[in-house]
Amino acid sequence: MNGVGSIINIFAILLVAVGIAAYLTWLERRLIGIWQDRLGPNRVGPLGLGQVVADMVKIFFKEDWIPPFADKPVFILAPAIIMTTAMLSFAFIPYAPDIGVIDLNIGLLFVLGCTSLSVYAAVLGGYASQNKYALMGSLRAAAQTVSYEVFMGLALMGVVMLSGSFNLREIVEAQQDGWFCVSQFFAFLVFMVAAVAETHRTPFDLPEAEHEIVAGFHTEYSGMKFGMFFVGEYLSVLFSSVLVVVLFFGGWLGPDFLPPLAWMALKTFGFVCVFILLRAALPRPRYDQMMSFGWKVMLPVSLINLLVTGGVALWLGT
Amino acid sequence: MKLLSLLLSQFTGMWLVLTHTFSKADTVQYPEQKPALFPRYRGRIVLTRDPDGQERCVACNLCAVACPVDCIALKKTEDDDGRWYPEFFRINFSRCIMCGFCEEACPTYSIQLTPDFEMCEYNRQSMVYEKEDLLIDGTGKYHDYNFYRVAGKSIGGKDKGEAENEAAPIDVKSLMP
Ligand code: SF4
Ligand code: SF4
Repeated sequence: MNGVGSIINIFAILLVAVGIAAYLTWLERRLIGIWQDRLGPNRVGPLGLGQVVADMVKIFFKEDWIPPFADKPVFILAPAIIMTTAMLSFAFIPYAPDIGVIDLNIGLLFVLGCTSLSVYAAVLGGYASQNKYALMGSLRAAAQTVSYEVFMGLALMGVVMLSGSFNLREIVEAQQDGWFCVSQFFAFLVFMVAAVAETHRTPFDLPEAEHEIVAGFHTEYSGMKFGMFFVGEYLSVLFSSVLVVVLFFGGWLGPDFLPPLAWMALKTFGFVCVFILLRAALPRPRYDQMMSFGWKVMLPVSLINLLVTGGVALWLGT
Repeated sequence: MKLLSLLLSQFTGMWLVLTHTFSKADTVQYPEQKPALFPRYRGRIVLTRDPDGQERCVACNLCAVACPVDCIALKKTEDDDGRWYPEFFRINFSRCIMCGFCEEACPTYSIQLTPDFEMCEYNRQSMVYEKEDLLIDGTGKYHDYNFYRVAGKSIGGKDKGEAENEAAPIDVKSLMP
């Protein structure tokens, strides 16, 4: 019963992904604390690990309030969307040679589709709240996704060209002799920026920029629904890290002294830390700056990268 | 070019933050580790006595006026010697913001803030301190100051002109200088 797509695999991946996403809140607070010369939560349990449980208990008992002016069904639907899309995308990732849920021929496209769908959570949530700040947040989320999705996809086309497949497992196997982060360095940079924007995290957290628009699209959310937005965000952080590792850092490939899954976990952990470091170090750009950066810098860079990759691939191929 | 330097500055910023991984945290782990409090720390308020052991407060109400949250209440009375003192003196610490304005306003160094902030209570009413709770036996931060010894007001045992650095009162009916 072991192997890709087995019941054990499915449940293990689901539980581990959600569990890690919950513990990322702890990791983020500890790491940011350390980088700001503080300690972060360290009271509940060893190293403060129980903090997550305590927060969970707290958020379960909070009043789950739906504003009377809200569009109720949509309001309830939005947090479900973000959880669903975030967890769905974990199904297409090859974690190790025999660990994974499903290997689609068009896995990469499906993954991109899932991440773009998750913006509906922000858009619908903000729209259903009937709150001008929330609406501003959703508008920003929509515009941000539209513009950053473009070169996120374009950046990945270089990887697809080199590996000749949309299948994520084959992409990893194509990196046996050289990770794509070397040959596709610019694509990697562009994808990293786009991934931060996709997950709506600082420095690109404009949809929820709390200094400008209260809490953006989840202003009106409370209790467990807010918790779902929160966990959804961390799920997408985790997912983006996994995707970067799979696409550019050779997935489970690594020297033999560690098992493949350990390599995968180690690399992913590294990228999660990079995400948190970005949040700790970089300020949020203005909205127009973010837009012009996307269209005027990132798009040309990814197009040129695509052109050069295609040219070189053709030249080497003949 | 400008773009590159901007890009570089992002990375130097990230590097700077990353170096803080190894710097020591400034956190004082409070209940186990006590913070260093200095003598002029603004904490719990006391009423002090002068070097002779008498109450310093002359019930002038300046502290109550200066207090931005109006948490001081007092009433003046007078003893047989003609000394003024507060009949009651009440500070509501659930409103006090420890700003120290009362200490600055006080002409007699009576009201002083001390380096103690551990005054939590379960009952809000217990945050209201009466004069018995506020009055201490010592002189606080100013050891030698005695208002009545330097002020011109006459009280029992000290007449006009007997205070420190005070000239004898002028006899306004005399022509002599
Ligand atoms: S410290 Fe400030 S708030 Fe407190 S009693 Fe004095 S003047 Fe009022
Ligand atoms: S404490 Fe000081 S300012 Fe307040 S009434 Fe007494 S003498 Fe006046």
